[in-house]
Amino acid sequence: MTRDKRLSWINGLLLPLFNVLTAFIATGIVFLFIGVDPIEATKILLYGALGYDEGLGYTLYYATNFVFTGLAVAVAFHAGLFNIGGEGQAYVGGLGIALVALYINPAMSAWIVIPLAISGGLLFGALWAIIPAYLQAYRGSHIVITTIMFNFLASALMVYVLVNILREVGEMSPESGDFIKVSWLPFVHDIFASFGYKIARSPLNLSILVALFFSAAVWFFLWHTRWGFAIRAAGKSNEAAIYSGINPKKIIVVTMCISGALAGLVGINELMGVQHRLFLNFNYGYGFGGIAVALMGRNHPIGILIAAFLFGILYQGGAELDFELQNVSRDIVVVMQGLVILFCGGLEYLYRPVLIRFLAPIKESK
Amino acid sequence: MSDFFLTAVLTLDASVRVCVPLIFAAMAGLFAERSGVVDIGLEGKLLMSAFVAASAASVFGSPWLGLIAGMFASSVLAMIHGFASITYKGNQIVSGVAINILASGLTMILTLAWFKRGGITPTLQGDERFLSITLPGVDFIDHIPFLGVIYRELISGHNILVYLAFAIVPVVWWIVFRTRFGLQLRAVGENPKAVDTAGLSVEGLRYKALLIGGILCGIGGAYLSTAYNAQFTKEMTAGGGFIALAALIFGKWHPYRVLAACFLFAFLQALAIRLQGVIIPGIGEIPVQLIDATPYILTIILLAGFIGKAVPPKASAQPYIKEL
Repeated sequence: MTRDKRLSWINGLLLPLFNVLTAFIATGIVFLFIGVDPIEATKILLYGALGYDEGLGYTLYYATNFVFTGLAVAVAFHAGLFNIGGEGQAYVGGLGIALVALYINPAMSAWIVIPLAISGGLLFGALWAIIPAYLQAYRGSHIVITTIMFNFLASALMVYVLVNILREVGEMSPESGDFIKVSWLPFVHDIFASFGYKIARSPLNLSILVALFFSAAVWFFLWHTRWGFAIRAAGKSNEAAIYSGINPKKIIVVTMCISGALAGLVGINELMGVQHRLFLNFNYGYGFGGIAVALMGRNHPIGILIAAFLFGILYQGGAELDFELQNVSRDIVVVMQGLVILFCGGLEYLYRPVLIRFLAPIKESK
Repeated sequence: MSDFFLTAVLTLDASVRVCVPLIFAAMAGLFAERSGVVDIGLEGKLLMSAFVAASAASVFGSPWLGLIAGMFASSVLAMIHGFASITYKGNQIVSGVAINILASGLTMILTLAWFKRGGITPTLQGDERFLSITLPGVDFIDHIPFLGVIYRELISGHNILVYLAFAIVPVVWWIVFRTRFGLQLRAVGENPKAVDTAGLSVEGLRYKALLIGGILCGIGGAYLSTAYNAQFTKEMTAGGGFIALAALIFGKWHPYRVLAACFLFAFLQALAIRLQGVIIPGIGEIPVQLIDATPYILTIILLAGFIGKAVPPKASAQPYIKEL
């Protein structure tokens, strides 16, 4: 094998694998530290997430959210942008969905209402990303800082909207009324039941197909269209992109809109699929989780599907741990997310020098 | 009129209390960013230190031990950030995000494991926390109109960490602008290559800056849980680290301007609480959320270059790679 080939194996496969393993081991150490047997915890976690119908349903339902936010972060990464605002874009996207699902004529067909509501999520998510994008492209303010600020603005906006506008008269809790029935996405267990198969009830709904559809769409867009090429080119080298006639400013705005739109889809799973109303903090944690998913999935849709499934397992299995063991709560998943982001992101190159020295050393030139 | 005056003084007093963790975190961020390391992990360090300080204060019965433990915990996180972003030249923002999420998860897990409660630590009793200090002469000055109220309510009656926060700002200014270390620090944030060429260690300077930041964030966190409140509660920093980051930008990385920004943002928070449900003649009720959002809106407008221009240190967010 040539050295270049070895290097690409190291960078493409070995490093990510080592990084993920390190994150797992570090989580194991946290378990030991709080007096929990990590092997037993893993067993409970895996059984809770995969061992029976209902658990698997929950796992896939959580994974759906992570696919959306993971794709959102990944698309931005390809253009060299760090969209840390998935949290806010998902939140405001939910508002777009809710406006359609609350106020559209209930006599309309679900075939019209559901795509419209999904478009509402896409549009509002994109809108929440467009200002930071514009400011980065044309005013030079850093996208990371502005998207952080926009997360907080989103949460202020949503509290205001829910408390003062969408809350029904006489209701105490800040949430909207029920969505009209035609906007509800069917549960997977209901679909199975209509074909005569009985599976356990779970919040898993048709959003998972939407997630798969958008994963394929993102893959096609990034690697098989002119725009996708332009985005990746601009992400690799701004100068080269300009030289080949690509306008990097436009790329920033377009990429961020796509990224925000994808994050805006979290609401179709949470709101149209399960809760059928808009409420506070339905998006909680998925935006940041998306960063971990994108890093772990190496910004590729297939990697993201795998990573999202893994985080689905952790979310659902974490709930099971919470229930089974006294010393652990499901926040262990948050710790794990942090460790994955640290080892797959910040400390990405931790093992690189060692691996290169042993597997692909530079030969002494004569 | 005197009612209004008292309310105004009390609102300012509340601002002072809210301001303290912002000052510590923003000064921490100032050191990091002046050295060329972007630190969005301020929030996580505040939170971690708040938790560790409250735990230690409760177990050992002393706020001072709590403070030291908090400073230590926050410094450990700062060193992890340094290890990833200085030694291993990883993405500084990713590593900062990791710190925030890690702190959020660990504090929850550890409250349960150590104290058998989800998300809170035991309440600190009496002198397990930092108590307020009455400055000398309150009774004497009290008789003077206006000045008496200001002295009694606004200046006296805070705990030691509040005074420390305000005292530390000129010290930071002096270190950054009047010492050899400060000059090196600013140089390494603007032009690390020049610093390297002069025979100084870029990495060493950045580690030092992060360590100082860790210690300062530690004090800010300890203040939250052992002085301002009497226990740690879930996510008690409530975005304070990010407001501090906004203040750092709004104050253009200059200690006094950052202090002013911290105070402005704290004042807005105090005002938001005061104005809850108050109807202002001619305007109506101002939505609390709007006032809450103002620091972020102001920072975005500033960043967009519509009111002045915020230019960060040139080398910020770039790992330094030595040429061979």
